[in-house]
Amino acid sequence: MAKHVVAAAGDIPPGSRKLVEVNGRAVVVFNLDGEFFALNNRCPHKGGSLCEGVTTGLVLSDEPGTYDYSRKGEIIRCPWHSWEFDIRTGQSWCDPGKVKTRQYPVSVEPGTRLVEGPYKAETFPVSVEGRYVVVEA
Amino acid sequence: MNIEVRHPVRAQKTRYGIVDCDIHPKLGLEDLRPYLSNQWWSYLQTYGLRPRHGFATTFPMPKITPQAARRDAWPPGGGLPGSDLPFLREQLLDLYDMDHGIMNPLSPTGQGDQNPEFSAAMAFAANEGQVEKWTRHEPRLKSSVVVPYENPEASVDEIRRRAGNRDYAQVFLLSRTAEALGRRRYWPIYKAAMEAGLPVGIHVFGYSGWAMTNSGWPSFYIEEMTEHATGQQALVASMIFEGLFEQYRDLKVVLIESGFGWLPALGWRLDKHWERMRDEVPHVKRPPSEYLRENFWVTTQPMEEAEEPEHVVDAMKWIGFDRILFASDYPHWDFDDPVLALPPSLTEQQRAMIYAGNAKKLYGLS
Repeated sequence: MAKHVVAAAGDIPPGSRKLVEVNGRAVVVFNLDGEFFALNNRCPHKGGSLCEGVTTGLVLSDEPGTYDYSRKGEIIRCPWHSWEFDIRTGQSWCDPGKVKTRQYPVSVEPGTRLVEGPYKAETFPVSVEGRYVVVEA
Repeated sequence: MNIEVRHPVRAQKTRYGIVDCDIHPKLGLEDLRPYLSNQWWSYLQTYGLRPRHGFATTFPMPKITPQAARRDAWPPGGGLPGSDLPFLREQLLDLYDMDHGIMNPLSPTGQGDQNPEFSAAMAFAANEGQVEKWTRHEPRLKSSVVVPYENPEASVDEIRRRAGNRDYAQVFLLSRTAEALGRRRYWPIYKAAMEAGLPVGIHVFGYSGWAMTNSGWPSFYIEEMTEHATGQQALVASMIFEGLFEQYRDLKVVLIESGFGWLPALGWRLDKHWERMRDEVPHVKRPPSEYLRENFWVTTQPMEEAEEPEHVVDAMKWIGFDRILFASDYPHWDFDDPVLALPPSLTEQQRAMIYAGNAKKLYGLS
C-alpha cells in the first residue's frame, strides 16, 4: 500500500468532508473534530456516492418513547437509500453483520516529512510549512 | 481536483437498451400556467389544490429526504429534482444508455382533486406541459396521459384528445382513489384507454381521503411505504372480481412502484377463495391468477431485496418473466440502479426481457 497526499489539512475543516482520488478510486475523507477518516466513496449497498450524503448521529432506543441521540456527525447516510455507515469504522448500521464500506488508513503529516518521501504527491504541491492529509491505499 | 465519481456511461457487458418505466418529471405550477385558463389560474392562486385528504396542504408525513429525492438529484443549476432535462439526461438516460423512459408525473397534476372541473383542467395542463417541457425535446422520453380519475367523463375526453399521439405511452392513474378501482364508475376510463391502444399505469400514492390501513392512519412513514403494496392488492382484487377483464379482455394494467413479491401469495389466495365461492361472482369465469398473468404487468422498483436472492427469482417465475418491467423511480430516494438492481442469477434472456423487451412490446416502442 502506497501513501498518497490527498489534501492540505486546512482544506478539510472539522465537520466537513472531501472527495479525493486515490489510485483511480474515489475516496471520501472526513474530519471529525480534528480526526481524519477515509472511506471508499461507493456505497456497498447499491453504489450511491457517499460524499453527497448527509452526516447524522445514532438514534437508539431502549423502549418505545425514549430516544437517545449520540455521536452527532459521525454517521454518514447514503444520498440514495439512506444506508448509514459509521465514519470511524466503515461499519454499516443497516446490516452490520455483512456489510462494511472499505476504510483506508489516514494520517496527517507535516510538509517536512512529505518532501522526503516515500509519499506520492504528484498531483499536489507540498510545502515544508504545511500539514497534509495522507491516505494509505 | 476534479474526480469522476461515476463513469460517463455505466454500461453493462451486454447492451440491453433499457426502458425505465418509472421516471418522475417535475412540472411546477409555472410550467402548467400556459395551459390553464385565466379562470383556473386565478382559482389556483385563490383556493389552491384541494386533495381528497382533510387539511392536507403537503405530505401527510415527512419523507426521508427533501422532495423524497436522491440527495444528488438536485440540478446544479437550481430547481427541484426531476425539473431539468439536461441534468436528467446526464444522470439517467445517458449514464445508463437508456433507449426510453416512461414519465409518470406526480403532484401537482390535480389528480384526485375535490373540484372535478379543476382536476380536469390541471390534468390537461400536465399533459400539455409534459410534451412541451420534455418529450418534444427528448424523443427517448414518453409522457403519460394524466387523467382526473374521479371525473371519469373528463378522463375519457382527455384520453381521446391524446389518442394516436405517440408522445404518450399510457393512461396514468394513482392507486389511492375514492372507490376501489374495479368499480364501474371507472370503467369508462379503461374502455377509452383500450380504444386508444394505451395500457393503464397505476402508480402508488395519491389522496383517496381514506386511511391507507384497515385500522386508520399509520404513525410512521416506514408504514406508509409498506402499505402501498396492500393498496395495490386491494385494487387488483377489485378489478378482477368486478369482472373488468371479462368485459375488457385486452385491457393492460401496469402496477407501478409497489414491488411484486406479494403477487404470488395474492394469486394463491384469490384462486383458493374463487374455487369455493365462485357463485358469488359468477361473472368471473376463470381463476383470478389467469387474469393476473394476462392483464397485469409489474415494475421492479422498489426491488425486493431478499436475504436469498433466489426467493425473488421464484416470485418472478410465478409472475412470468414476460410481465416484469424495469423501473428506477428517478429522481426519488429509493432509486434502483439498473446495473445492480436485478438478481444476479437471471439469464441474459430474462434480463433482456425485464430491462427492455417487455416494455417495448407493451408500450409499442422500438
